[in-house]
Amino acid sequence: MGEFDFSVWGPSLPFIRDGLLFSLRLTLIAMTGGIVIGTLLALARLSPFKPLSLAAGAYVDTMRSIPLVLVILWFFLVIPFLTGKPVGAETSAIITFTAFEAAFYCEIMRSGIQSVPRGQVWAAQALGLTPAQAMLNVVLPQALRNMLPVLLTQSIVLFQDTSLVYAIGAKDLLKAADVVGKNYNRPVEMIVLSALIYFAICFSLSLAVRQLQKRVAIVR
Amino acid sequence: MDYHWNWGIFLEQVKAGEETYLHWLVTGLGWTLAVSLAAWLLALLLGITVGTLRTVPHKGLAVLGATWVELFRNIPLLVQMFLWFFVVPELLPPDWGLWVKQDMLAKEFVTAALCLGLFTSARVAEQVRAGVGSLARGQRDAALALGLTLPQAYRHVILPQALRIVIPPLTSEFMNVFKNSSIAFAIGVMELTFQARQMQEDSEQGIETYLAVTLLYFICAFAANRGMAWIEARSRVPGLIAKPG
Repeated sequence: MGEFDFSVWGPSLPFIRDGLLFSLRLTLIAMTGGIVIGTLLALARLSPFKPLSLAAGAYVDTMRSIPLVLVILWFFLVIPFLTGKPVGAETSAIITFTAFEAAFYCEIMRSGIQSVPRGQVWAAQALGLTPAQAMLNVVLPQALRNMLPVLLTQSIVLFQDTSLVYAIGAKDLLKAADVVGKNYNRPVEMIVLSALIYFAICFSLSLAVRQLQKRVAIVR
Repeated sequence: MDYHWNWGIFLEQVKAGEETYLHWLVTGLGWTLAVSLAAWLLALLLGITVGTLRTVPHKGLAVLGATWVELFRNIPLLVQMFLWFFVVPELLPPDWGLWVKQDMLAKEFVTAALCLGLFTSARVAEQVRAGVGSLARGQRDAALALGLTLPQAYRHVILPQALRIVIPPLTSEFMNVFKNSSIAFAIGVMELTFQARQMQEDSEQGIETYLAVTLLYFICAFAANRGMAWIEARSRVPGLIAKPG
């Protein structure tokens, strides 16, 4: 190969755009679903009902101690047995990432809920709110706000992790770069392009999160 | 769909060869351990150095450290693997590049360990920097007032305390190294995940395969956790608020 030829970047753009759109879609779906399920898991972990908190804890700890690539392979293998028919790599990836990230968002939400002062709950009770209302209207909004920067940082990590769908061949940004690189026989230039795109997105998002962090801190 | 369980699969021979599937998994475990431990060693050396330099009052070093951390933190590890494996040899002088591509021994292993080590070093550096930052300012001032030079203050006062403080976060980084080593499959290191995919295709006993590999990863993470806990217990600073065990 020897010399670089970056002219391949031009014709690759439509493919890269489609790949990037899938990566972003996967990130957004897994992030939304993950935060919702993660919050439910956090509530389950904090529940006084032992079997529930143990089950949620076991789920979270298991997910957190297995490599993501292996989780991706597991789901890709097991989902067809559960649904009875084969699913595409893209659908499998969406289910996997939502389930996997939920465990990580759970731990963030749990520490967020635990960081809300106890007096808030007492005040809510004194005002006549039921425990569910207190959780939904008083504790969770504060927990979410406290944890917003951490949740977003986790989502940047999630965006980077979506590149691992490479293991099952889903067509994300990296896969698109890979395919174009093979078709034009310019794999090196395409790897560089994908690295630049990932870096540009993740670096600017993490700068934005840092700005946000300064602004959302609750003044007490 | 029906699934045919076969727990004896591990002792059966692979389709094209004499060895058993168990042999594949043991080889995989060996490469996982080799990549992870080599990467961890590199990450500790570089991470402690870079993390310390970021706390030194020197503008140039601070910028260098920040660039280091941001570069490794904002590109997916898998893409970094490809960069080191496919792109870096092209950037070397032609005869070096040729040597790397053709003659270098175990180049998949070396690349994976280097890449994972550098990636992890950025994370270790952040922990070390936070550890140094968490020390009371008086520690440094007192050391300097006693006539120690800045390097001596780091060597005898600041680092011995900071490095102990950061052991718990470093424990989870060490466990992450084992998990992240799974990405080395993509450049052809024959570690556990590589063997899992290979065995799943060859034997068509996916669930047994993945269960065994998952268990092996659990054992690695557990061993890493216990090892670091042992170091933590041995190196605890007397008089600081730290729970035993």
